[in-house]
Amino acid sequence: MAKETKKEPLIRLTKRDGMPAYKKLLIRCISLLMACVICGFVIYAITGLNPVEVYSTMVSGAFGTRTRIWSTVKEMMMLACIAIGLAPAFKMRFWNIGAEGQVLVGGIVTAGCMIYLRALPPIVLFSLMFVVSAAAGALWGLLPAVFKAKYNTNETLFTLMMNYVAIQLTSFFVAKWENPFGSNTVGVINQNSQEGWFPPVMGSRVFMSADIVLILAVLMFVYLKYTKHGYEISVVGESENTARYAGISVGWVTIRTMLLSGAICGLAGFMAVAGASHTISTSTAGGRGFTAIIVAWLAKFDSGAMLLISLLLAFLQSGAGEIASKCKLNSYASEMITGIILFFILGSEFFINFKLMFRKHGKEEA
Amino acid sequence: MKKRVVAALMAGIMVFGVAGCEAGGAESTIGAEGEKGNSIKIGAILVGDENEGYTYAHIEGIKKAAAATGIAEDNIIWKYSVPEDESCETAAKDLVDQGCSAIFSNSYGHQSFMQQVASEYPDVSFVAMTGDTAAASGLDNFSNAFTKIYESRYVSGVVAGMKVAELVADNKLGAENYDANGNVLIGYVGAYPYAEVVSGYTAFFLGVQSVYQNVSMEVTYTNSWFDITAEGEAANALMADGCVIIGQHADSTGAPSAVQAALDSGKVAYSVGYNVDMLNVAPTAALTSATNNWSVYYKHAFEQVLSGSRIDTDWAEGYSEDAVAITTLGPSVAEGTADKVSEVISGIKDGSIHVFDTSKFTVGGDQVSTFALPDGYECISDGYFHESEHVAAPCFSLRIDGIKELN
Repeated sequence: MAKETKKEPLIRLTKRDGMPAYKKLLIRCISLLMACVICGFVIYAITGLNPVEVYSTMVSGAFGTRTRIWSTVKEMMMLACIAIGLAPAFKMRFWNIGAEGQVLVGGIVTAGCMIYLRALPPIVLFSLMFVVSAAAGALWGLLPAVFKAKYNTNETLFTLMMNYVAIQLTSFFVAKWENPFGSNTVGVINQNSQEGWFPPVMGSRVFMSADIVLILAVLMFVYLKYTKHGYEISVVGESENTARYAGISVGWVTIRTMLLSGAICGLAGFMAVAGASHTISTSTAGGRGFTAIIVAWLAKFDSGAMLLISLLLAFLQSGAGEIASKCKLNSYASEMITGIILFFILGSEFFINFKLMFRKHGKEEA
Repeated sequence: MKKRVVAALMAGIMVFGVAGCEAGGAESTIGAEGEKGNSIKIGAILVGDENEGYTYAHIEGIKKAAAATGIAEDNIIWKYSVPEDESCETAAKDLVDQGCSAIFSNSYGHQSFMQQVASEYPDVSFVAMTGDTAAASGLDNFSNAFTKIYESRYVSGVVAGMKVAELVADNKLGAENYDANGNVLIGYVGAYPYAEVVSGYTAFFLGVQSVYQNVSMEVTYTNSWFDITAEGEAANALMADGCVIIGQHADSTGAPSAVQAALDSGKVAYSVGYNVDMLNVAPTAALTSATNNWSVYYKHAFEQVLSGSRIDTDWAEGYSEDAVAITTLGPSVAEGTADKVSEVISGIKDGSIHVFDTSKFTVGGDQVSTFALPDGYECISDGYFHESEHVAAPCFSLRIDGIKELN
């Protein structure tokens, strides 16, 4: 007990495990509430606006009308799809920063199909776009994986660099397909004939993408939790040496997982182009490839949680736009609100994982 | 401890709740006050917000026009910082849902999405400002509008030309300011390499040449409408090449600020801006800026919406309707500039000056006598290029002699 002679720090951190689910939920709810209160103070201090009104504006901005609900759902599904794609890679501790590029190449080939193969029957066209976009994304994921498996290159840098290649490729094709000529944009592809567009179901084209993403979410959940592949991924993620000792081929698991990860991100590009924008530009991925990393990590790669967090982020984004419109706050103000809320959510994870122990003055520890 | 936190939270919520009631009450009285005039709703989809010169000019134009036509400011619904992608489609649909009768977007890249929504909602009018496909779309509720900004660019070129002539007469230029053929070098920071920008810098160049013939111009593109850093760097690169005037067709203050810094460090360089008065950021370097007076168009369009008639498919006016202007002349302009400017403006108004007079420029050493648009319209007749007459958006995309695109 030599330790007792040392002065005890004011606050000590201890890792804690096995907090009951209801308590975790409670902590998260409290942190969300606190974020709202702090935001309220900030909003009032800076703008003098009534925070309750600002919040209700956000809610109506995200869910107020049919159009807005679909738009929020669309954003949510895009984020969720990319996060689902990233989940297996990150679970394997393969730092796939390249989702942005994988989405873009998926989008490029989809746009290419819509432009050159519009004459095909819809079912053939859709199947083809589905397959080639997944293949393009998979290729973009495969390259860094092969180099990692063979030469142990740094996948963080490699996948990041692949983004820039994809962005340049996109610029190239935008210039090639620009319409009208000289506008530097591709414009809406097949604007009148709508070939290769997702058909509207229940009044929105988002319905189809949402279904695809939900199916992917379920499949990914099962894949990671109940299959041998999923188990291998978590073993490699925990410790490569353990994996080798257990006879798992780390290189092959890396390549296989990145093929899958890239393919799903490529599909996100397919949905972004055929299901939503019907055009391609360097902003097609729009930074979602990076935001989705936060989603995947916060959700600890759980499909349901990924959907929920995507919904929260999509809500914040749609809501922020409406605040700018209604309350005459510019977008920087709404970004601050988003930032504060995210800060608290991330912060709550800290309190779930660690316990703060205060120095007791002669009192017994509780 | 836990109880105390909860109590604090509750207190906070209650405070906000009470504040909410008060603010709500106050607002409803304001709403009642503004209820005269008409109840028509206008939607505005803007590529930036009030912090960006181009969009600021649109916001001011819309507000002014609304006041003039009796549209309450509460009935204008703003969508700020809408990127040129499907967000524009969502924004337009949302404005339809909110009951707007007419929806205006202010950037070129919004156009195809506006057209898409226009085809789905035939009862609402859509205007893609600066666009060019309305006539070809065949939609009754879809329009384009632009100003004849090339006229004010020409005039801003005249201001620059006066300055160049003065600098030459006063022997202020060094060898680095001339090209191999003895022409004074001027520069231009453009956004994108397409007709809108080409038309603008050509008009500017011809304006300079109308005063001082022996100039040659270098153009650098930033591939962005608004990028302070890139515009500043482009201006610095052009000044390093020896350019003494830096014109611009990009929306930030990057170039004028860079020119002011260079001038302060002893270089000979002056700036001609766009959209807004640049004297704030470049008090001695800024000569003037070419600017649009958007309220002229918005007033015209709002009146058409109010009377229930179709908004003009293509609208483009310039000095004749006061839809374009140049901003206050800076302290560094050459002597006699103000008189020269008003002379040129009245020349443009009475038709004695045509900006794109085909006798004033050559392409590949030859005069140009024909330029057909994709739909077969012949732009060149009566000795000049009829810019923004057939369609609102600029279509002059000829690369004339004396101008060099660097990238």
